Amino acid sequence: MTVSETLLELDHVHKVYRTGAFGGGRKRAVRDVNLTVRAGEVVSLIGESGSGKSTIGKMVLGLTSVSEGQIRYEGTDVSTIKGFKARKEYYRHVQGVFQDPFSCFNPIFKADRVFEMVRQSYAPDTSQEEWREKVLSSLDTVRLDPGNVLNKYPHQLSGGQLQRMLIARALLLDIKVLVADEIISMLDASTRIDVLNLLVDLKERGLGILFVTHDLSLGNYVSDTSVILHKGAVAEMGPTQRVFENPLHPYSRHLLSCVPQLHQTWAEVDAELAANPPEDVTLPTVPEGEYTAPLLEAEAGHFVGIDQT
Amino acid sequence: MTLRVKDLKVYYQTLRGDVHALDGVTFDLEDGEIMGLAGESGCGKSTLGKSLIRLDSRMRHVGGSIELDGKDVPIADDDAMVPLRYHEISLIPQYAMSALNPTRKIGRLVTELLRARGVRPGDIEDELKRRLELVGLSTDVLNRFPIELSGGMKQRVVMVISTLLNPSLLIADEVTSALDVSTQRSVAESLVEFRDREYVRSMVFVTHDISLVYQMADTIMVMYAGRIAEKAPVKTIIDAPRHPYTQMLISALPEVGSTSTEERLEGIPGKPPGLLNPPTGCRFKDRCPMAFDKCAEQPPLLEIEPGHWAACWKTGE
Repeated sequence: MTVSETLLELDHVHKVYRTGAFGGGRKRAVRDVNLTVRAGEVVSLIGESGSGKSTIGKMVLGLTSVSEGQIRYEGTDVSTIKGFKARKEYYRHVQGVFQDPFSCFNPIFKADRVFEMVRQSYAPDTSQEEWREKVLSSLDTVRLDPGNVLNKYPHQLSGGQLQRMLIARALLLDIKVLVADEIISMLDASTRIDVLNLLVDLKERGLGILFVTHDLSLGNYVSDTSVILHKGAVAEMGPTQRVFENPLHPYSRHLLSCVPQLHQTWAEVDAELAANPPEDVTLPTVPEGEYTAPLLEAEAGHFVGIDQT
Repeated sequence: MTLRVKDLKVYYQTLRGDVHALDGVTFDLEDGEIMGLAGESGCGKSTLGKSLIRLDSRMRHVGGSIELDGKDVPIADDDAMVPLRYHEISLIPQYAMSALNPTRKIGRLVTELLRARGVRPGDIEDELKRRLELVGLSTDVLNRFPIELSGGMKQRVVMVISTLLNPSLLIADEVTSALDVSTQRSVAESLVEFRDREYVRSMVFVTHDISLVYQMADTIMVMYAGRIAEKAPVKTIIDAPRHPYTQMLISALPEVGSTSTEERLEGIPGKPPGLLNPPTGCRFKDRCPMAFDKCAEQPPLLEIEPGHWAACWKTGE
């Protein structure tokens, strides 16, 4: 494997939300997360609801502030990017696509208006002609037929088409990092795989992708690195294949045994686990009152985190 | 034989004409059978689920019949359906989480519901508590408001309430879609347990997640554009599907253990036809790689081997 350029780095990142009627309570949604996204790599953030996976995506996109720690994009601390111009420059390289494609479009305008809006704010000097070329090539990348999607209203298009248009919109900019937050979950089985394959294509073009999902089989299909989050902290992190073949953290094992599979029933999975109980791993511990979440390297590149049960 | 649906047609009335959401659906559901109902969005699976219990104002019963335990189910007659609802046919709605009245404690909600259905709450209180414990909830939840329960707990409460009068038929519409994987597993397993204990006789489990159906159902029925594509025992659908649509659908599912580097999965090109003016003949023909001249005629739903039904001209060969 060639060592490629590190695009995004999360360095001991925490997020603490205020909770309760007067904001007196504190909720640590993300706890001491370290991870990197390289060019040409898909990193999956996998977790159940409340695991902090979407919060991490939001912090990367600057939609919510970082409480402690640093998120660095190409070495620059993201929280120091201030001012309209600088932020715009950041968004030229880092873009997000979200869960519900239907709510991302204004129903009273044609769907391709999103492309024109990108032109107005990011490339006002480009001529109509040139821009049209760009839109067409970007639609080609996401494998949409321009005749089918241009000049249509959002309700005339399917969820999969809209979702791919949003990705095409992001591609109009010179993006290097794409945060894909549950982009598959609203789509039908027959179109899901097309969007997943598209992510693989983008990865091969050298994009770094942060793929946020709750569905382990999807994470497994596209990603190079998998990060399993539990209660805001990393439970397990490593090369996807190792994490799924040899889950070390009790939480990841539990999660994997609950995934409905196509050729194995839950009972069979349980029986198999009982027949060959996996070896226990010593998990790192944290002293009472500290909010760090150290990782232990169990095998090369494969880390386990603290136990929070 | 619990449920027998024959050539059921239910259309939605819109300003632009009728949407043929169910266009001739025929199937049987045995005693004790859990049938998974799968398909893409807009294929009519939720409409079928709803048609078995209540047609809303836009839905019109155009033809066909439903029989439950030998008796006719008068779905077109809303008033005549009232005695059947909850007693014989019950439903867990798609958004069970929001099906609970936020201003009532769970206990009071159940009491009011039972009274409205002509049952004395006192007669059933012990059973209610027993069943709450069975699904792993303490009887304490009866004194709580819905907002105090987690998503999985609410789902289980709704499950217990829906099946309290031992209905013959339970319709579960996407009940686990909003849950986390581990909660999803326990809810699915409780549903199977309810069937095993005969709290419900048979079940139609509507979902888009075929791998979940594989875990809990006995048979799977795949629908496409308002019609049945294939119905068969779970193993057969997964391992040896005969309808090209089912075959393509199954092969488009990524599994734990399948990666894009080893093998690229393929989606199904195109999209389902609109049902306002559905195409003639086989409705899958435009997306089907095996389509030939005969597909201009509508293929009948045939039993190609015992318990395995498919509607495709190619399966006969």
